[in-house]
Amino acid sequence: MSKPLSIFLPALGVTGIVLGVAYGLSTRSYKAQEAAAALRAAMASEARVEALSAQMAEVEANAATMVTSLTAPAPAATGPLGLGRAAHPEELAAWDVDVLPDGRGLPEGSGDVLTGEEVFADKCASCHGDFAEGVDNWPVLAGGFDTLADEDPVKTVGSYWPYLSTVWDYVNRSMPFGEAQTLTADETYAIVAYILYSNDIVEDEAFILSHENFTAVQMHNTDGFVIDDRPGLEYAAWRAEPCMENCKDSVEITRRASMVNVTPLDEHMHPAMRGEMHASMAAPAEEDPQGAEQAAGDAALIATGETVFKKCKACHQVGDGAKNRSGPHLNGILGRRAGGVDGFKYSPAMSESGVTWDAETLASFLANPKGYLKGTKMSFRGIKEDEDLKAIIAYLNSVSQ
Amino acid sequence: MSNTTRRGFLKSSAVATAGLATGASAAANEPDPLITDVQDWASYTGAGVDETPYGLPIRFEADVRRRNVEWLTASPISSINFTPIHALDGTITPQGCAFERHHSGAIELSKPDYRLMINGLVDRPLVFTYADLERFPRENHVYFCECAANTGMEWAGAQLNGAQFTHGMIHNMEYTGIPLRSLLAEAGAQMDDDLWVYVEGADASSNGRSIPMAKALDDCLVAFKANGEALRMEHGYPVRLVVPGWEGNMWVKWLRRIEVVDRAVESREETSKYTDVYEDGTARKWTWVMDAKSVVTSPSPQMPIEHGPGPLVISGLAWSGHGQITRVDVSKDGGMTWETARLGKQGDSKALTRFYLDTIWDGQPMLLQSRAMDETGYVQPTKAQLREMRGENAVYHNNCIQTWAVNEQGIAENVETS
Repeated sequence: MSKPLSIFLPALGVTGIVLGVAYGLSTRSYKAQEAAAALRAAMASEARVEALSAQMAEVEANAATMVTSLTAPAPAATGPLGLGRAAHPEELAAWDVDVLPDGRGLPEGSGDVLTGEEVFADKCASCHGDFAEGVDNWPVLAGGFDTLADEDPVKTVGSYWPYLSTVWDYVNRSMPFGEAQTLTADETYAIVAYILYSNDIVEDEAFILSHENFTAVQMHNTDGFVIDDRPGLEYAAWRAEPCMENCKDSVEITRRASMVNVTPLDEHMHPAMRGEMHASMAAPAEEDPQGAEQAAGDAALIATGETVFKKCKACHQVGDGAKNRSGPHLNGILGRRAGGVDGFKYSPAMSESGVTWDAETLASFLANPKGYLKGTKMSFRGIKEDEDLKAIIAYLNSVSQ
Repeated sequence: MSNTTRRGFLKSSAVATAGLATGASAAANEPDPLITDVQDWASYTGAGVDETPYGLPIRFEADVRRRNVEWLTASPISSINFTPIHALDGTITPQGCAFERHHSGAIELSKPDYRLMINGLVDRPLVFTYADLERFPRENHVYFCECAANTGMEWAGAQLNGAQFTHGMIHNMEYTGIPLRSLLAEAGAQMDDDLWVYVEGADASSNGRSIPMAKALDDCLVAFKANGEALRMEHGYPVRLVVPGWEGNMWVKWLRRIEVVDRAVESREETSKYTDVYEDGTARKWTWVMDAKSVVTSPSPQMPIEHGPGPLVISGLAWSGHGQITRVDVSKDGGMTWETARLGKQGDSKALTRFYLDTIWDGQPMLLQSRAMDETGYVQPTKAQLREMRGENAVYHNNCIQTWAVNEQGIAENVETS
């Protein structure tokens, strides 16, 4: 639109000047001849204005048409563009693994409750607890029956999940957290069998879940859902013209955020958030003079180590404010006795190992956790590359002091 | 202007503003050294070009950052943070401060490593590279993306103090992408109304959601640019799905697969999560649309009034997953009386709309509220209306009217009112 109009606009500017001159001349006392000339000029101007107006209207109409055509949605293809390539059967098999409620998509396989308990203890319990009861804020998978109508419903696989396919599919594709898509089909069947057992959906320890009996399992809450009913219940009710005046007689404050006081504060926030409304804004923190010293060392190695550490972050924190999560915090790890963080519940194997962490013992442990320390509850495959091991230890050393 | 006149003017304006709490613009008794002294920046040279090849905000804007509420989740890898909406104006959210929500962390997936598969009830199961996607006709649209859990911590009562925390699970960007229908057509997909399109991400969470065919054919975009530049890693680089007006969880990031199926997959994220329990224990599912909602972003707890009584700009955001915002009303007395606010500009459909109420503050306490209306005539409900309809066990889709109590000092607090 802008192009045709910007060409036309200077012409309108000229019209304005012509009209102004004509108006000025016709209202002042000049010689008759000049007045007649002015009148002619003015009439000519008027004619020109009319012509210009007509032209303007035409351009505007054209512009409107152009705008419409220029901003049309992406053209719908009349046939395929021939982009992309055919997917190989192996590729479809690798990625198309979702499982539907009617069991379509399940691979052949089976697993029993007791095997599931072992696999669960090894791969799931560090977050979900030995009995699927949930550690810290991690999801509770078992129990919670008859709580859905309570003040705080406990939504577990047993009490809430409507379809068993969802459990299998989620465990298979998304779990264990930090090592997704590493379970075999049989391990997945076994884990799901154990979750069913821990929810009393199956009661026999000898129960074997397989692709053959999968759809026979009855979940507790299959019929517990209704499809979005806001249109009928809410939209119909909340379309009235709203009140603008005298809508209430009085208004009282019934709750305040300060009553619970759970908002995180930081130094960059407005002083009012910290109860210092009129205090001058806090001065930027001085550079830590020791920071430069700490930064010494092999920066590249440390940076690599930080990347390697991503594998550990699901369970471990390190650095300022690091807390125990499903794994202990790693501050001061080098020089620390194994199993030495107060308040963290280690496996007996770890707390009784007598190991002290240094670059060597830590490297051996991280290379093969369960091989180095049989019985550790750290479910982690290990770091294979020596360079990665060196890097992560350098990183831990740099941030954990 | 002569000296006498100027002094007279200053004197009279001092009288006029007497009694105001603060006010740098009012009577300046001393000349301002920022003006009378030559400042460093007016004398020494500044930073050269290329000092920051990709710029970040100036250091004085450090408050404008995403924030996390640590106690909400077990680990920052499966968590959410909040857009600093309190400090932004206009409607577009800069990518660098747009909220993040990951289920297994943000991954680094390069364009050369990117693949998109389309399969299921299609004539031609296909695999696209990133370069293939760039050859489809593409469109530009501004849309908001709101997490279904936005304001979810406020169901049981006023809890978090700040618009960033109560309403910051939202961002609004201009997307460049391919209509999903173009990819479905390319693969020769069946398009009957009772079919579904299951979409899945490439990250370790393998987040997947089922979208009814009608929506997939309507306005969904397979997007690769936001606000003119590549998506950020945390928003799904290189390709994410945009599902306008619908809950953010469906906007699958690192989109790797599109499957046409004959029923909803009933994935974890559409059964155990993103569903809401009523008081009687039954739950509501497939609540995809984000209903009309608004919030005053300033003043708000993180944005107190610092200038004292007098002219005050009350500003906020409104949006609706059903289309355009047509009107926003603002109340200063907790909903007893309302004034219609001015819209910054005519709202785009399913995008944030900025509103302003230009007013004079008398220095008295206020109970600030805003109330949005959309093109369907829907009026944003109060928390009491929502609770009456849904009970208090809901987590998602809390679009209630928010109240900030502003005191005489101009400090605002998140409150609930009768």
